[in-house]
Amino acid sequence: MKTHAGEFNESARRYTADLPHRDLIQKALAGYYAKRDESKNRFQNWPGARDLAAEIKWNAINHLDRCLDEFVSKLEARGTKIFWAPGAQEARDYIIGVARKHKVRSIIKSKSMTAEEIHLNDALEKEGFEVVESDLGEYIVQLRREPPYHLVFPAMHLTRRQISDLFHDKLGSAPTNNPEDLTMIARRVMRRKYCEAEMGISGANFAIAETGMISITENEGNARLTTSLPKIHVAIVGIEKVLPKLSDLALFLPMLATAGAGQSITCYNTLYGGPRQPGEPDGPEEFHVVLLDNRRTELLADAEQRDALHCIRCGACLNVCPVFKNVGGHSYGTTYQGPIGSVITPHLRGLQDWKHLSQASSLCGACTETCPLKINLHHHLLHNRRNAVRALPGRLGKFLQSGFVFMMRRPKLYQLAARAGRIAQPLQRLFQGTILDPLRAWTKTRLFPPLAEKSFREMWRERKTP
Amino acid sequence: MSIVQVLERLGHKVDYPEAQTCCGQPPFNSGHWDEARAVAERQMTIFRDAETVVIASGSCGAMVKNFYPELFHNHPREAEARALAAKTHEFSDFLVNKLAVLDVGARFPGRATFHDGCHGLRELGLKKPPRQLLRHVQGLELVEMSEAETCCGFGGAFAVKFPMISTAMGEVKCASIADTGADYVISNDSSCLMQIRGVLDRQGKSVKTLHLAEVLAQT
Repeated sequence: MKTHAGEFNESARRYTADLPHRDLIQKALAGYYAKRDESKNRFQNWPGARDLAAEIKWNAINHLDRCLDEFVSKLEARGTKIFWAPGAQEARDYIIGVARKHKVRSIIKSKSMTAEEIHLNDALEKEGFEVVESDLGEYIVQLRREPPYHLVFPAMHLTRRQISDLFHDKLGSAPTNNPEDLTMIARRVMRRKYCEAEMGISGANFAIAETGMISITENEGNARLTTSLPKIHVAIVGIEKVLPKLSDLALFLPMLATAGAGQSITCYNTLYGGPRQPGEPDGPEEFHVVLLDNRRTELLADAEQRDALHCIRCGACLNVCPVFKNVGGHSYGTTYQGPIGSVITPHLRGLQDWKHLSQASSLCGACTETCPLKINLHHHLLHNRRNAVRALPGRLGKFLQSGFVFMMRRPKLYQLAARAGRIAQPLQRLFQGTILDPLRAWTKTRLFPPLAEKSFREMWRERKTP
Repeated sequence: MSIVQVLERLGHKVDYPEAQTCCGQPPFNSGHWDEARAVAERQMTIFRDAETVVIASGSCGAMVKNFYPELFHNHPREAEARALAAKTHEFSDFLVNKLAVLDVGARFPGRATFHDGCHGLRELGLKKPPRQLLRHVQGLELVEMSEAETCCGFGGAFAVKFPMISTAMGEVKCASIADTGADYVISNDSSCLMQIRGVLDRQGKSVKTLHLAEVLAQT
C-alpha cells in the first residue's frame, strides 16, 4: 500500500510539471492579492487588528472550557440540541441518527470544512441519503467526485470551460463560457433541492459564547436557504470556533473577508441562535449543534502549538505559500491544505503518517507573515519535524546527522572534505544529472555551481602571511 | 573576502577564527535539535570573545540570532546563546543599522535586481538595508522584480528531498528575474544564489548571480 508521503510525492511531481496548472493558480491569486491589499488598506491599522484578533482568540482558546459552557447553555435555553462529538465516527453517527429519526431522504448542505474533515457526505450517501452541496464551488467538486482543492475556493483549479463541460455531462446543460449562465444552471438545480430537502447541514465560521449563536458568512445566500428552508438544521462546529463576545465579530467578520477573499465584508452574514421560537414565522423546527473535538483537545494540550487553534480557516496562508501554488491543493491529501494543514494534520491524524508535509517546506515564512491571527505557522513546521525525530529517530537520519556533527566539530576534517569536493567536482561534472551522479537530486533539474578554486580560509591565510 | 574588504575599507579590524565550521542549521531544520546544539555550542565558544559577529548570510544569521535562543531554551548555556544572538549581525544589517553607513564607496555599473532571502527578510526583517546600500552604489541601476519576496525554493535539505517542488519554485523566481531584464541578480544569501544560479544556468540564461558584498567591494 502506498504511504501518504508516497502519494504526496507522486502528486507533487505531477502538479509541479503541469505548467498550465501553475499559470492558472498564479493568475487566480494575482487577482486575490490586489483585492486583499485594497481591503487591508480599509483597516485603520491592519497590524493592530492582527494583534487584537490574536489576543481575543488567545483568550478564547485558553479559556475554551468556560467559553464552550457559556455557548452551549445559551443555545440550550432556546431549545437547541447539543451533541458533543469526541471523534468523527460519533459525529457522523449522531447526524445519521437525526436524519433517520425524521425519515429524511434529501439533505441540502452548505460549505463546511469540518464536515469534510469527518467525511460526512460519504457516510450519509452510504446510508442512502441524497446530499447536495449548495455552495457553487463545492457543488462543482461534488459533481466531479473530488475533495475541495482549497479551504475557501474549492474549485479554483478549474477553468470555466471545464465547469461548462462538467455541467454539460452531468446536467445536460448547453455549453457556455459565461459565469452568470453557469451559475444559473447550478441555481436551477439547487432551488429545487432546497424545497425538497428535509434537512439542512451547515458549518459555522464562529461560535459566539456570549449570546449562544453561530455565525455563518457567505457570498451566495445558499447557507441562509440551507439553514432556514428545511425543517431540521444541523450545524457542525469545531470546538475551536468560539469567540467570547458578539462584538468580536466587528473585527473578525471583516478580517475573515479580507484575508479570505479580499473583500471588505462578505455579502451575507447571519447569526443562528436556535430553532424557530414560538410566534416566529419561519426557521427550522429543530436545530442541532454538533461540537466536534476530533483530537483538537490534543492540540490544546500542546502549549507550544496551541495557537494553531486560533485559525479561522481564511486560507490566506495557502494563497501565499509557494509550495501550495506549485503542488496544488489536492496533493496534500488532507482536509486542510497548505501551511495550516501541514501544521495541524499531524496532530489530527498522526505525526508519523503526516510529518512529510512539515518537511515539504522551504520554511520561507510567507504563511506566518500573512496569517491574520499571527499563528507561528512555519516555526510549527520546525516543531513538527523535531517532534517526529524525537518520537521516532530514523536510523538513516540519525546516522547522517551524527556524521555531520562529527565533521562540523573537527575543522581539519571539514577543510579536508571541502578540498576533496573541489578535486572531485570535475569528475562529478562528467556524470552531471545522470544516475551515476551522487548529487543527482540536485543536478537532475539544476546545475551545480563550480566550487571556488580557493577556500576562504586559504585566501585568509595568504593574506595574513604575505 | 569581499566582506573583509568592505569592513576594512570602513576602518574595522576583522578576524576570522579558523576553527569555525557550520552554525548547525541543517540538523536544526531537519528536526535533529540535539545534533544542532552540539554544533552550535562550538560556535558559541569560538565567538565568545568577539565584540561583534558579522555573518554573510541571512539564513545563518537567523539561525544564530533567532533560533539559538530557542535551541538553548532552558539549557545551562541559554544566556551565552542569547549573548551571541545579540551581538551577531547579518552583513547589511550591520552596515546600515549598526554602523549607519549607506554609502560604502562602491562602484558597479550594471542593471540589477535584488532577491530577498526569506530568512533575512522575514526572520530578521531586513527588507530595506540591502536596497539602501545598493542604491548608493555608483553606476548600479536597481530594478525590483514582482516576485522579490517569493522564496527561491532552496530551503536546505528541502531542495534535494523535494527537488520537484524546489525546482518549480526556482523556475517561478527565475521567470520573475528574467522579466526585469536585469544583468545581475543580487542577494545577501549564498544558498539562495546557488539555487537561483543552478536554475538560471540550466535554462541557459545569461543573468549573473552576485552576493551583496561582492557588489559593495567593487570600487
